[in-house]
Amino acid sequence: MLGYFRKLGASTMHSLSVLGRSGLFLWNSLVGIPDLRNGMPLLIKQLYSVGVLSLVIIVVSGLFIGMVLGLQGYNILVDYGSEQAIGQMVALTLVRELGPVVTGLLFAGRAGSALTAEIGLMKATEQLSSMEMMGVDPLRRIIAPRLWAGFISMPILAIIFSAVGIWGGMLVGVDWLGVYEGSFWANMQSSVSFEKDILNGIIKSLVFGFVCTWIAVFQGYDSTPTSEGISIATTKTVVYSSLAVLGLDFVLTAVMFAAF
Amino acid sequence: MYNRSIELMVGLFIAIGIAALAVLAFQVSGLSLKSGSDTYKVYAQFDDLGGLTARGKVSMAGVTIGKVSNIELDKESYTALVEMELYSSVDNLTTDSIAAIQTAGLLGEKYISINVGADEEYLAEGDTIFDTQSALNIEKLIGSFASGK
Amino acid sequence: MASDNSISNNSTSNNYVEIRGMSFSRGDRLIFNDIDVDIPRGKVTSIMGPSGTGKTTLLRLIGGQLKPMNGSITVDGQNISSLRRKQLYAARERMGMLFQSGALFSDINVFENVAFPLRVHTKLPEDMIRDIVLMKLQAVGLRGARDLMPSELSGGMTRRVALARTIALGPDLVLYDEPFAGQDPIAMGMLVQLIRLLNDALGMTSVLVSHDVSEALSISDHVCIIADGKIIGQGSPKYLKEQGTPLVKQFLQGLPDGPVPFHYPATDYKTDLLTGN
Repeated sequence: MLGYFRKLGASTMHSLSVLGRSGLFLWNSLVGIPDLRNGMPLLIKQLYSVGVLSLVIIVVSGLFIGMVLGLQGYNILVDYGSEQAIGQMVALTLVRELGPVVTGLLFAGRAGSALTAEIGLMKATEQLSSMEMMGVDPLRRIIAPRLWAGFISMPILAIIFSAVGIWGGMLVGVDWLGVYEGSFWANMQSSVSFEKDILNGIIKSLVFGFVCTWIAVFQGYDSTPTSEGISIATTKTVVYSSLAVLGLDFVLTAVMFAAF
Repeated sequence: MYNRSIELMVGLFIAIGIAALAVLAFQVSGLSLKSGSDTYKVYAQFDDLGGLTARGKVSMAGVTIGKVSNIELDKESYTALVEMELYSSVDNLTTDSIAAIQTAGLLGEKYISINVGADEEYLAEGDTIFDTQSALNIEKLIGSFASGK
Repeated sequence: MASDNSISNNSTSNNYVEIRGMSFSRGDRLIFNDIDVDIPRGKVTSIMGPSGTGKTTLLRLIGGQLKPMNGSITVDGQNISSLRRKQLYAARERMGMLFQSGALFSDINVFENVAFPLRVHTKLPEDMIRDIVLMKLQAVGLRGARDLMPSELSGGMTRRVALARTIALGPDLVLYDEPFAGQDPIAMGMLVQLIRLLNDALGMTSVLVSHDVSEALSISDHVCIIADGKIIGQGSPKYLKEQGTPLVKQFLQGLPDGPVPFHYPATDYKTDLLTGN
């Protein structure tokens, strides 16, 4: 019995120390004045590998999810004779929920795991240490641009996902199933609010981007510098990020939308 | 060369993001850049809103001329006080206009339809429309049929 | 700071690095127990010892990547473990460390790797950086390989490029972590020669950690042997070969048995066999 308590204590202490280290890590990477002249090219390079390279998967998934929503929504709504509400349904589902959440999950799988593996490999091949010995802080040079690139890319990707998804829903609803286009858009516009729905969706994606990038970069930096360690860290990144996205989504939804 | 193309791609990425945001804002949520000066506020009191919500359309002859900006309960008369923002360009609504809550289709959204009267004065900022028709309440309707009245 | 300056200006101090009463442990394991090490200025010093005695750890302590539990590590008059972050990074600009794996940045080519420290720490114009990089690459014989990516280099070439990068800023102290490990005889011969030549030509202080006894002894002016967290011998190669303790002699001559036993501590062989399960 005492053994269980001891184990509980030990694992709590361990979790707290990881949390503390990751917080300190984030603080040391981001605090201070960013060096724009030297930092900008680094940031652009990371925006390319984190954002641009994730674009294809985001656009394709967004299109398909939008089309599926259109089909499913039509099948349900047509029974009540209100299939013109399909635009409203697709838009609200995407902007409030699926846009940020699915983008977060895809982002963790595509960009997060790549970040973890890349940083873990740099650690295993002593590139981070050698940078430190050259008098260059790897937190500033390697970590900070990747964090910023993640924070910036994620909301952009989520917005693109929602927009493409709505277009996919329109393709199915209007062009294929023949819902009148005017009422498709009019219903959507009268029910989607920019401040309440779109801005809240963007806030969600900002939070997810922050958390996913933080987890990915920290797991890479904190990994055991062996090939096994890197593979464990990559798995952890995907699992932790996905759980964090889904858990935070509930909390944020409760705060944002519960009142109305 | 290598760096150039990366910069170009990142630039395009950001531009696509901004374009997508613009689509969401204007096409999906119907956000308009018209500021408060381009509209004027008119009030109306209804016995039953029947599901009318803020941001609902205000239309005349099927053309949108404004939107419902706020809804609250008037505690003295126990009726719903609806605040509407009408486009300034539509400045010739008579003071005896009729505001009715109608439904788009059988189960569609609720909106306010305005019909003008014959008065010579026009509604201005802050005026109230007195002649209103509440929403058609299907349950009441069915109830009255059933009881044969 | 005043006292630090007075020491560093004192050019009569013969030792570039002085370690006094230093202890370091990792987890429960004591790696260094109260050791004193001197690394003479302008010489090549080898730190040798059996695997797992923390030789690389010693280099990281000198470079300030790790902090000792007690004792002091003085590099050119500055107590490296008491420096603040900013001062430490400044001190490291005058140090170079050659890592076992080379640690080249895998996303940029050979030229950019060597240019990296110059670009970060100096504001030299581009044509001057080009000249310096080509000079350093010429020194290690790889001027022709400047456009290759690190993944296209052999092990020996990787280490030579890393060496060129390490000396790009003209450091006063170069730390070599197992420079000969896993190299073929030709590459090893080149590295041995380079370390000695660069040390003498650029007036640097070199510290190399190795267990390749013959190569290390052939270029060292000073040798320091570590075992079991202690310094078991320190001096010139000649002195250690003649005057060293039995343990030092066993290590230098590579005898399979001696004070370091062949067998891991175990119960008696015969009784162990007879006990069965």
